Amino acid sequence: MSENFLTIHDLVVEYSSGGQIVQAVNGVDLKLAKGQTLGLVGETGAGKTTIAKAILRILPMPPARVKQGEIYLDGEDLLKLPEKEMLKVRGNKIAMIFQDPMTALNPTMTVGDQISEVVLQHNDFTKSQARDRTIEMLEMVGIASVRYMDYPHQFSGGMKQRVVIAMALACEPELILADEPTTALDVTIQAQVLDMMKDLRVKLNTSMILITHDLGVVAETCDDVAVIYAGEIVEYGTKERIFRNPMHPYTLGLFGSLPKLDDDSKRLSPIHGLPPDPTNLPAGCKFGPRCPDCDGGTKCGADQPMIEVEPGHFVRCCKFAKGGV
Amino acid sequence: MWRYIANRLLWLIVIMLCVAVIIFTILWFVPGDPAQIILGTGATNEDIQRLREQLGLNEPYLVQLTTFLSDTFLHLDFGESYVYGVPVIQEFATRLPRTLGLGLISMALNIIIGIPLGVNAAIHRNTIWDQGVLVLAMVFISVPQFYLGLLMVVLFSVQLGWLPPFGISGDYPAWTYWVMPVLANSLSGLAMNARQTRSAVLETIRADFVTTARAKGLPENTVIYKHMLPNALIPVINALGMQLSMMVGGSVVIENVFSFPGIGQYLLTGVNSRDYPVIRGSVMILALFSAVVTLLVDLVYAFLDPRIKAQYVNYAAKKGGHKEKKGGKKNG
Amino acid sequence: MANAATKAVTSAPKRKKDTQLRQIMRRFVKSRTAMIGLVALVIIILACVFAPFIAPYDPNYMDYSAMNATPSLAHIMGCDNLGRDIFSRVLYGGRLSLALGFTVAIVGMVFGVFFGSLVGYLGGQVDNITMRICDVWMAIPGTLLSIIISSALGDGFWYTVLALSVSGLPGSVRGTRAMALKEREMEYLEAAKAMNCSKMKIIYKHMMPNTIAPTIVGTTGQIGGTMMTAAGLSYIGLGIQPPTAEWGAMCSSARSYLTSYPHEMLMPGLAILLTVLSINMLGDGLRDAMDPRLKD
Repeated sequence: MSENFLTIHDLVVEYSSGGQIVQAVNGVDLKLAKGQTLGLVGETGAGKTTIAKAILRILPMPPARVKQGEIYLDGEDLLKLPEKEMLKVRGNKIAMIFQDPMTALNPTMTVGDQISEVVLQHNDFTKSQARDRTIEMLEMVGIASVRYMDYPHQFSGGMKQRVVIAMALACEPELILADEPTTALDVTIQAQVLDMMKDLRVKLNTSMILITHDLGVVAETCDDVAVIYAGEIVEYGTKERIFRNPMHPYTLGLFGSLPKLDDDSKRLSPIHGLPPDPTNLPAGCKFGPRCPDCDGGTKCGADQPMIEVEPGHFVRCCKFAKGGV
Repeated sequence: MWRYIANRLLWLIVIMLCVAVIIFTILWFVPGDPAQIILGTGATNEDIQRLREQLGLNEPYLVQLTTFLSDTFLHLDFGESYVYGVPVIQEFATRLPRTLGLGLISMALNIIIGIPLGVNAAIHRNTIWDQGVLVLAMVFISVPQFYLGLLMVVLFSVQLGWLPPFGISGDYPAWTYWVMPVLANSLSGLAMNARQTRSAVLETIRADFVTTARAKGLPENTVIYKHMLPNALIPVINALGMQLSMMVGGSVVIENVFSFPGIGQYLLTGVNSRDYPVIRGSVMILALFSAVVTLLVDLVYAFLDPRIKAQYVNYAAKKGGHKEKKGGKKNG
Repeated sequence: MANAATKAVTSAPKRKKDTQLRQIMRRFVKSRTAMIGLVALVIIILACVFAPFIAPYDPNYMDYSAMNATPSLAHIMGCDNLGRDIFSRVLYGGRLSLALGFTVAIVGMVFGVFFGSLVGYLGGQVDNITMRICDVWMAIPGTLLSIIISSALGDGFWYTVLALSVSGLPGSVRGTRAMALKEREMEYLEAAKAMNCSKMKIIYKHMMPNTIAPTIVGTTGQIGGTMMTAAGLSYIGLGIQPPTAEWGAMCSSARSYLTSYPHEMLMPGLAILLTVLSINMLGDGLRDAMDPRLKD
């Protein structure tokens, strides 16, 4: 299992709201090797954050429910772990960086205390050791140690995200789940934060799942890419394969939505329509109603299997059914 | 922080001065002549005039107001009761501890029971327990305090004979005289508080920073007590000041229901006999009680919420703090 | 592709029609508490409004043969110490209590919205001074202030309205001001300003509508409290006084007969309890419908 450090198999997560059941994650398979970075790309509401929270088992449990699936970390199924053991995994082996730094920090605790809290939780440190470690982490992410006693409201957005990152890295986790870590930040700060995360990750040889809707960020940081649509992975492969040769109509649509400087065409080619209503997903191919190539009938109306179009490059689209195997 | 407290204390004095002016002015416009009331219907005009002169009632508004303010604030002299001739402050000596006791015990109950009740209901939301708390709270919020008091009297005094129906001393053990007034005074506020706490906790339960705390691998109890509660309680405490102040007002009615000889009863006897010094003194003391409680609540509020605290932290002190930390780091 | 595009377009208007108001209405109708409260309140209001047709006796008619009568078929709530039918008195008393509660609420709302949005919008010194005045005003517990004013003015409906309104006013001004401040930060006001709207127009056309809905919800919540304070005033011998039938005053005069004839106190008190309860349930349902986040 050393090759595949993290393996997710057939994960299904449902939310129930007002008597309706929403399929947020629908049979997702993922693999991640040690030290590698996997990018999860997709629109808002596609189920990216739900996957990350399911790995950490911090989904709000009355509405959400992991219906089936396995999540192996180092050969151990996290979903079967007793809660007490899971506490030792969270923040220690797996850490999460949240999307919105503005709300991810506790407004009534100093940032230093919030970082040293996680250090104390997972190490046999004394308070002063934890304090030293916290200061070390703060300086590592470029925050002066004098700000240990400051409260979150005294920080700017970018600085808060640095604090969040310092908190996530404080216990040298083996896996980081980064949920749109730069979305809430200015572009210039985004680049800084990404660079910093990359450096730290290489230094600590940490694996990472990077959730984003920004293909530029993926190109910069990831090794593998999984494109998610309506709770399903529609295309999966190494970054090079997918960027050089995107195949699924949705992936093509994502790339078509990016402005290109070297292209003469005046207009972008966006994906038409809206993401499907999660309480009422279309039968068969979920992308069908928005797909320019949809045949509207027999083939696209059936459930779509994953097809390996080239070694290590999977697509969930019937267009490639013949040439696939 | 000290500066904030000093500021607030100063503001307290200003408020009390304004309260004094307001009360004095309202009473100034009250129809009916205290002299007439003191002397009864049989008094001659001359007697009434003499008494008015004696009481200073013939002086112009501003003169009377100034006398009143200087007596009250400079000499802590609330005057003598027109009707009984006893200094008001002397009555306070026996009555104030009772009203303070009634108020403080009620407030303590309100906080000690109301907040945990609300937290529990929120954590076990949508269970029978939660629904039960909600329904009970709704009922208690909708019962007028005097009716609750009367219901208790009918049940516990008339039917069961467990508790004395009124007064402060008699055949029953001394503490039993406090049970019903305290309950009648606190239950509706307690219910309100429990409800507010419940919705405040529900607001925070989904907050991102709570998820962050869970993602850190903290045990659920730590997540609740260290991260969720302090934040959830900020709005609760903010509302608490208003509520406790309401309780002080409500105690007047409660004291009347149970013939509980505190400031409220004193105030009402004053109202019925146009005994101005009694009314003024009682209102001032009740307003002071309420203002002090509000002040304390605000201090706790400022202490809990660093965003408020930061507004009042002395800039110099903050700089000093930084320097100190820098020095500490060098040593380490 | 055309197929997909038209699908998207045709589904769009359907969604748009589902306005916020409709969603609120739907949630409101769905809420059991709110509906029970609403139905109960409507019944109570109708019963009180049509008291002359429903009440079996004149509220002030004294039947000396029925003094202190316990509930029976002839007098479903019994009679008081002077032989007056309690049910009839409760119905007539309800007219006063309800009128008092709603009048005070409306007075408070009108003044609150007006001064609150004005102060909130003008800001600066006006805002500062008004808020300081409110601080002082609120430093005197509301019930206490009502007691003083009521004792100064004497009894009577409008005097009681005044006594109760005055003590509630700073609270509603503050509440609306806070909302107006929030609205002031909103960008649509910038847009209105950019379109060269006058100050007054901005206040009454943009800010007031947005502050009114939450104010109505808040006010509904206050009606119950006001009715309880009013009854409390009558109970301690201020506000509305006998022989006028009023719930609090009825409880007060029944106090002497608590031991032998508790029904004389229980019935009018129960009327207050049920009325306030239904108003509060209704107010709660309204609030939840406006802000569903608070619910679960």
